[in-house]
Amino acid sequence: MTLTIQNVEEAKETIKKNNIVLFMKGTKDMPGCGFSAQVVQILNKTNVDYIDIDVLNDENFKENMKKFTNWPTFPQLYVKGEFIGGCDIVKEMFETGELLELFNTKGIDVKT
Amino acid sequence: MTMNIKDIESLIKKKIPDATVVIKDLVGDNNHFSAEIESKEFNGKTRLEQHKMVYNSLSEELKEDLHALSIKTMEKK
Repeated sequence: MTLTIQNVEEAKETIKKNNIVLFMKGTKDMPGCGFSAQVVQILNKTNVDYIDIDVLNDENFKENMKKFTNWPTFPQLYVKGEFIGGCDIVKEMFETGELLELFNTKGIDVKT
Repeated sequence: MTMNIKDIESLIKKKIPDATVVIKDLVGDNNHFSAEIESKEFNGKTRLEQHKMVYNSLSEELKEDLHALSIKTMEKK
């Protein structure tokens, strides 16, 4: 589900209330950058429910999210309130099976 | 702003001196790079921490171009 959010406080709430939240450029239906598109593809392959938030909607929000996560780029993937990584890390974790393992240990439904 | 391979490599080595760095210009436009970095300083750290170390070595110079850098880190024996 795509959510529109424009400040870090709302982002924190969203991260707290949802299992998987992806801050990305564009939306999952229309990614605005190749790295964001790759993570969308991976999440779609693992068949989990997730929230996607477009950081390009608001320049201030985008910059504040970088500071909040302490990570200079997007996408940023959060699972159960915890920052997991950007595109390179998510890709590596998917390839090694660690991502599915993480979803399983966190009790997140992977629909197969 | 565009960087070149030597710039990126020397920035990383300034912060992580023992690093073995392999950088590729992915499409030949001086703007999309991949970096493979091997260092003893990564040993025992999570992947997240390792990537942060690399970002921190570059962040001043590359703030706006970082989106075009793909990173892979490896521990050194």
